Amino acid sequence: MTRSTVGSLARRLFASQPRQAAAAQAPDAINVEIPVPFQLHLLQEGPARESVTSREELVKMYRDMFRIRRMEITADKLFKSQLVRGFCHLYDGQEAVTIGMEAALTYEDTVITAYRDHATFLGRGGTVHECFAELMGRSTGCARGKGGSMHLYKPSNNFYGGWGIVGTTGPLGAGLAFANKYEKKNNVAMAIYGDGAGNQGQLFEAKNMAGLWDLPLIFLVENNHYGMGTAEWRASKKTTFYDRVSYIPGIKVDGMDAFAVKEATRFAKEHCLSGKGPIVLEADTYRYHGHSMSDPGSTYRTRNEIQGVRQERDPIERIKKLMIKENVMREEEFKAVDKEIKQEVDDAAAKAKDDPNPGEEELFMNIYKNDSGLKTYGCDRNMVRVQLP
Amino acid sequence: MFPGIVRSSSRHLPCRRSLMTVRDALNSAIDEEMAADPKVFVMGEEVGEYQGAYKVTKGLLQKYGPDRVLDTPITEAGFTGIGVGAAFQGLKPIVEFMTFNFAMQAIDHIINSAAKTYYMSGGQIAVPIVFRGPNGAAAGVGAQHSQCFAAWYGSCPGLKVVTPYSAEDARGLLKAAIRDPDPVVFLENELLYGENFPVSSQVRDPNFTLPIGKAKVEREGTDVTITAFSKMVGFALKAADELAKDGIKAEVINLRSIRPLDRETINASVRKTYRLVAVEEGWPQHGVCAEVCASVQEETFDYLDAPIERISGADIPMPYAANLERLALPQIEDIVRAAKRACYRSK
Repeated sequence: MTRSTVGSLARRLFASQPRQAAAAQAPDAINVEIPVPFQLHLLQEGPARESVTSREELVKMYRDMFRIRRMEITADKLFKSQLVRGFCHLYDGQEAVTIGMEAALTYEDTVITAYRDHATFLGRGGTVHECFAELMGRSTGCARGKGGSMHLYKPSNNFYGGWGIVGTTGPLGAGLAFANKYEKKNNVAMAIYGDGAGNQGQLFEAKNMAGLWDLPLIFLVENNHYGMGTAEWRASKKTTFYDRVSYIPGIKVDGMDAFAVKEATRFAKEHCLSGKGPIVLEADTYRYHGHSMSDPGSTYRTRNEIQGVRQERDPIERIKKLMIKENVMREEEFKAVDKEIKQEVDDAAAKAKDDPNPGEEELFMNIYKNDSGLKTYGCDRNMVRVQLP
Repeated sequence: MFPGIVRSSSRHLPCRRSLMTVRDALNSAIDEEMAADPKVFVMGEEVGEYQGAYKVTKGLLQKYGPDRVLDTPITEAGFTGIGVGAAFQGLKPIVEFMTFNFAMQAIDHIINSAAKTYYMSGGQIAVPIVFRGPNGAAAGVGAQHSQCFAAWYGSCPGLKVVTPYSAEDARGLLKAAIRDPDPVVFLENELLYGENFPVSSQVRDPNFTLPIGKAKVEREGTDVTITAFSKMVGFALKAADELAKDGIKAEVINLRSIRPLDRETINASVRKTYRLVAVEEGWPQHGVCAEVCASVQEETFDYLDAPIERISGADIPMPYAANLERLALPQIEDIVRAAKRACYRSK
């Protein structure tokens, strides 16, 4: 056997093939191994099993993930003190998904997600203060207090929300990808949904059209294994989501490993932008909180399971261990960073608490973009009539 | 922008007129707006190679290519969501529903993803999309293909809802809808597509638009106001001809716009005539006429000389048999009878 046939035989034998790592490595480059293999669907090669990073990137990723963690824990407290009302869906445990994905995207790429969007908003450049203010319904919130927890937006960084109806991010994300292609932008769109949404008909409709029209679209399934109180095996005949359609390739990735998500996203973006059409990423992740603040999260799963994930797979602990091992930061430096970020988040909450409610005139603003001459009414038509100029 | 209000009475007209079908009016409107703005594109079932299920998009694929005229699979929820997502990013989709009955599969995207977004996002994301297609009854198409959706969409803040009647309405309102930065539900009528209407050279101008939110007084009168929209405008005008023979001069208002509803024009008319017959093809309960009645009794109560009359579709699913279908839809004699009742002139 020649070397080339041995090589090609080896490649065929192993499911997840390492692609060429980043061409030129900077002198301070740090190589991170990705231990859990990628599972592939309709792909001969998968993402690299090794990610090249730097001190700078590691510190940023740690800080960003820790900030999300503190933000969500603080949001929990704000909800319990009734400063946040309605629905509040928290992301703690899933930090590696959004931060890993953002490490491979730019703000010229488009992201759309569902209602578990606080962390995604931060990943897209939103601030903790804007997020808290929106949760508390203040005028300084990112949607002027008119959206709430499920409706965070930052279109200036191509973050299109923030949607409450399960499954809609599939078609809407395909529309964003369509717009990128129509305007000949060299960017992807990322349509995020959960395992609970994975059986929605409109997702298959979106996948069909994305495949038919070669849309540069990454479907990202944040599979935290529970759709509200229903475990995936109780909702889905087939409990994997990366391989649901026979004509769109998919990759299943360890969603608790930020670098696995980064490499998978990088691979997916290249795939889409080379004209190969859409691709599905399934991130195996976990949420520590219940579905929302109304759900204790322990009636349909055991405390042992939750604790187990925290101990074995926590994404922040993982990156911390890596950074200590690579001498990026020492334990004392972590303590200092944690304290700084905790203070930053607490300050943001305190500031948001003092921010004003929206003025009453906001009630009738932004119903239409072109609202000149609009006449509308409040609850008592005789008392509250509005005519906009 | 030329307002385009042209009276359809038989007086001498200042400009030369020729005929145009509603279909050609819609086709030319879409064509001109696509030529003027590269962000405008069309999507829907059979809009491209088939030339449009009702030929409204005829010739557009040949002219603008498959990147801008997209034949979609039969997946309304999916392609409507795609249109809305594209609109978030500033494109201007015209989404065609083969009929609005099928839009029920996509209604979540129309309401929750399109109508509410500008408000919910605090004014950050506008949705410049048009949803258009035939609405209401056709001829013998049965219960699932005959519903009028004007009242449902008309109740939703964040949407604009327009209902053209004539070719002039079709051109002016569709061009306005495409240019509008907000989501517009554009309710056509299949039976009107082939009807010819006289149009002036102003209407043919590529910059002709009509304001969304303004009704048109199609025929002036003094004795009773008849409001109608879409196909019922034609019936109301014929009813007015019948009433004139009995010396009753009816004022016919073509609503043109369901949301915003032109309450001023309606109420100003009732302040003149003191009597109102509100006409629609759709179901009576919570219908457009219910809103017209409510508006008039709130604003113009003291002027009313008779209770407000409503003529609407029968409160039933649409039957197929021709004689039953005729009984399920408003006819000219129904409008005449109601107007006479309002004038205390019924036998």
